[in-house]
Amino acid sequence: MAERITRDDVAKVAQLARLALTDDELDTFTGQLAAVLEHAEDVAALDLADVAPTAHPLQLGNVLRPDVVGPTLDRDEVLAAAPSAEDGRFRVPTILGEAP
Amino acid sequence: MTAPTAPTTIDSDEVFTVEAGGTTFELVCGLEVHAELATATKMFSGAPNRFGDEPNTNVDPVTLGLPGTLPVVNERAIELAIRFGLAVGAEIRPSVFARKNYFYPDMPKDFQISQYDQPIVVDGSIELPGGHVVGLERAHLEEDTGKSTHVGGDGRITGAEYSLVDYNRAGVPLLEIVSRPHVRTPEQARQYVAELRAVLVAAGVSDGKMEEGSLRVDANVSVRPVGTDALGTRCEIKNLNSLRSLGRAIEYEARRQADLIAAGERVEQQTRHWDEDSGRTSKMRSKEEADDYRYFPEPDLLPVTPDPAWIDAIGAALPPMPAARRRAVADAAGVVLPDETVALIVERGQDSQALDAITAGADAARVLVHVSQNLAGEGGASVAPDRLAALIALETSGALTATQAKAVLAEMVGSDATPEEIAAAKGFEAMDTGALEAMVDEVIAAHPDEWETFRTGDDKARGKLTGFFVGQVMRASRGQADGKAVTDLLRRRSGA
Repeated sequence: MAERITRDDVAKVAQLARLALTDDELDTFTGQLAAVLEHAEDVAALDLADVAPTAHPLQLGNVLRPDVVGPTLDRDEVLAAAPSAEDGRFRVPTILGEAP
Repeated sequence: MTAPTAPTTIDSDEVFTVEAGGTTFELVCGLEVHAELATATKMFSGAPNRFGDEPNTNVDPVTLGLPGTLPVVNERAIELAIRFGLAVGAEIRPSVFARKNYFYPDMPKDFQISQYDQPIVVDGSIELPGGHVVGLERAHLEEDTGKSTHVGGDGRITGAEYSLVDYNRAGVPLLEIVSRPHVRTPEQARQYVAELRAVLVAAGVSDGKMEEGSLRVDANVSVRPVGTDALGTRCEIKNLNSLRSLGRAIEYEARRQADLIAAGERVEQQTRHWDEDSGRTSKMRSKEEADDYRYFPEPDLLPVTPDPAWIDAIGAALPPMPAARRRAVADAAGVVLPDETVALIVERGQDSQALDAITAGADAARVLVHVSQNLAGEGGASVAPDRLAALIALETSGALTATQAKAVLAEMVGSDATPEEIAAAKGFEAMDTGALEAMVDEVIAAHPDEWETFRTGDDKARGKLTGFFVGQVMRASRGQADGKAVTDLLRRRSGA
């Protein structure tokens, strides 16, 4: 049987999530994630032809709020909590390349 | 982002082509337009949605992604998305919000809430003034990002020393409108964005101001050899800040790709940046895969399933869209679309004026001319329909020439005087038919050689000499003669 998830897959996902994993951790999570996928396969094996897809466990929808302006935060207070600020804005290090 | 689908191109009367290495390549283009919605508040919180304020003053805990905050969907944003969908003949679907995960300082919570595989608007179309129809694949709701200013270097991210971020824009409701690859010329791309903007404004969905970033356009450009069906690898062009940039960038990019292929190289799927000054695109990054964003349904938001009665009510309150308005004017005037004059009249919002004058009994062709050419002044000069009809009646009866009517109309704007009163004050008098005939005969008698050529010459010679004779009669009548009446008389006299 083909591997459900490879060590490389885990390394890539870790990189996308900006997690620095050691070699040992990569091995550990590869095994753990494989077990999660195995469980998902149990669900996939069920005949769910008559079950509508569910986007949320709560059987609710259309929770909307009126388009009315609410309070905002004080800028000085907000910027005081930032590591660095300049000119009323958050100062951040340059990111080389863009997302992801 | 675009969910994977099987795009199909569409036939177009015109297709932009580029020659490279002995092969002719044709353009295939799709457009993604981000429109900021005209709401009072943000997509998921009550912070104001307002352009031009001091940086970081329109922020609340949700905007900043502070721990423990939860998003709540803005009802008005849903309504505006539905309005847009109905305006472009699309289907309104139950929709689900999703997290698009990435790390970039313009999104403080490290993900953007968007819609992915279940967008609210699916499958509409936009009819361009030139007649071409561009299909819409989808339109989905999402939140805008903050605005970064790169300090140092050339102001772009490469070479910058650091960046400053303003989160006023973060969380502003956006509708991302994705066209099918039905755009086949740079001109169609410009028309599409202009028409989309007109629809957004007419439906009250967005203010459509490109200069304020309310409307942002990305172009997906690819080329393929003429006569082939498979789509080439596409590049996404960003930083298109005007319709002019859009057309130029598409043209440049099509040539670049055609040259690459002709040189035996491969087009790499990339996101590219348009530089207006150099007139070139350059690579920003290799195109990411949708998988890299690790989309998953937003656990903090419930699905939105608009009540059909609400959708019906929104549809019933929609004003007519530009394409329908063009049809109304064309039908009333007996004009076949596409028609540039009709398009211009609708674009300027002069269609009700034109329709009212036609309804008041005025000659339709003259109405279109007066409204499009002579009432086009700043601020949209207008004249009551019955007064415009009265003026045109004078023109139709021959009491005023086209030139005189134009002069009278100019005075009617901002005046209560009747067209007859203004014409009289200007000394415009209808030339009696007998007097006009006598004048034409005199001119003919004075130019026997020209008349002989006119009578016996081919169409080209006749056309040239018609101008000559009309000019002579105009001079003799000091501009009082009606050019069309003179032309008719000349034709009758020559026995044609």
